[in-house]
Amino acid sequence: MEMKPLTRVILGLVCLLVAIWLVAPTLVVVPMSFNENKSLAFPPQGFSWQWYQNFATNPDWSSSFLNSLKVASLVAVLATVLGTLAAFGLDRMKARPANLLRMLMLTPMVVPGVVLAIGIYAVYLDAQLVGTLTGFVLAHTILALPFVLIAVSANLEVFDRRLETAAASLGAGALTTFRTVTLPLILPGILSGLLFAFATSFDEIVVSLFITNPYLKTLPVQIFSSITRDADPTVAAVGTILLFATTLLIGGGMLLLGRERKGRL
Amino acid sequence: MSALEPTTPSAPQRAGWVWRPFALTLPALLLLVAVIGYPLLTIVLRSLSEPQWGMQNYAWFFGAPVNLTVLQRTFTISAWVTLVCVVCAYPYAYLMTAVGPRVRLVLVLCVLIPFWVSGVVRTLSWVILLQDSGVINSLLRSAGFDGIRLIRTQTGVVIGMAQVLLPFMILPLYSVMKGIDLRLMRAAQSLGARPSRAFFTVYLPLSLPGVYAGAIIVFILALGFYITPALLGGPRSTMLSTLVQTQVLSLLQWGRGGAMGVVLLVTTFVLLALAAPVMRSRHRDVGRR
Repeated sequence: MEMKPLTRVILGLVCLLVAIWLVAPTLVVVPMSFNENKSLAFPPQGFSWQWYQNFATNPDWSSSFLNSLKVASLVAVLATVLGTLAAFGLDRMKARPANLLRMLMLTPMVVPGVVLAIGIYAVYLDAQLVGTLTGFVLAHTILALPFVLIAVSANLEVFDRRLETAAASLGAGALTTFRTVTLPLILPGILSGLLFAFATSFDEIVVSLFITNPYLKTLPVQIFSSITRDADPTVAAVGTILLFATTLLIGGGMLLLGRERKGRL
Repeated sequence: MSALEPTTPSAPQRAGWVWRPFALTLPALLLLVAVIGYPLLTIVLRSLSEPQWGMQNYAWFFGAPVNLTVLQRTFTISAWVTLVCVVCAYPYAYLMTAVGPRVRLVLVLCVLIPFWVSGVVRTLSWVILLQDSGVINSLLRSAGFDGIRLIRTQTGVVIGMAQVLLPFMILPLYSVMKGIDLRLMRAAQSLGARPSRAFFTVYLPLSLPGVYAGAIIVFILALGFYITPALLGGPRSTMLSTLVQTQVLSLLQWGRGGAMGVVLLVTTFVLLALAAPVMRSRHRDVGRR
């Protein structure tokens, strides 16, 4: 589409502003994390590593971090197993019931967080699951399930079922067929589901705020209570560490993926 | 179960083929019922039964002006957030379709980077940016202007929420725009339409399904926002979610909190049901061939 030069310049400027608006807030925690004073006021003063030290040594922070890792790992495994099984079931069902069940399984994505949170809190109070590992894992799993389902289903849609028939006609049993043919081909979907499930749980805050107690806090809960309590730059240090870790993970993943693709050519 | 009893020797196997896929979905469904269905049912029941059976909690909710103000504010803030998202996402998504693959990758990365960072940390960033001693105000002051109050205002809440929700607007918009055949614009111009006329009569209508889809998603997600208004907002920008939380956690009014929750839930599902036909038609091949 031909555009006047002026329109083009204005469009470019607007988009640059939008891009800055999207990205800049993510980076603002980095300078704040090296603040010398116990304050989140801008601009930060001096330079110090003390908030990183605090994150590593203060049991409030380190234990909530470990709790989050523990919960997210369990959720990743559980949600991936349940989600993959469900994706297979839906794939092999008639279209009408499959669509209905799929819609049902995606509801956790649209139910407003607080409504779900008070519901789960009410049930957990009766079942004595508040502040327990089981409670966190179950709640996070159901929230992570839709992401696994979407990722695996997308992979199953392009999977050629005739390959299974071929394997079976060559004498492979159902399990062997699954292990040697189906699984390797849909593995990318399962792995990205696993990653999404981990991230969903690691990041979950609304339901966690309700089902937490002083004995079991996850990292987002600790961050939230720290922000509402005082201006502690440790949150900025945590934010920077998380930003750095994710960038490393995603960057590494992209490099690996790129190399694999090149290797196949 | 007697109706499912096998009648012919080959039937058990066929029945197995029908039931096996369902069995695979069963564990997920059971968890769904236990951790979503049962809790939501509990909330609905409590809203109707605490302190006694009846509609008193709903009567209270719709009878108190304070609640109606918050309800109205929740819709107003969500509408503003949606508007800001549409206005910012439209040119951005358009540019994504108009540039080469390299620039497009950069633009896509800019949309995805906010997802790399935990949601709470992102809200913290907005606190740092918007607070009275924050980045925006200190820049304003060093430029010689007076500081402005952003944190604990509705404007602050809208800015923070819109940034979080912008990707949900850009992505569906882009997926529709990339299917629009740009030769249609050229055809309009060759028939004598000025570029602006060609845009408004050809391109804009073709891109509207993307706008609807994105706007519905953003609006629905905005209605249920809790963390951003809680950290960036003040008493005069309270949204429904915060009110629900106060009723349940601080006042232990499960009936009233539940009634509010049900109102929020029903609104969400009604909006989704209204949007479903529009969302489906999004996949119609717009302007191609």
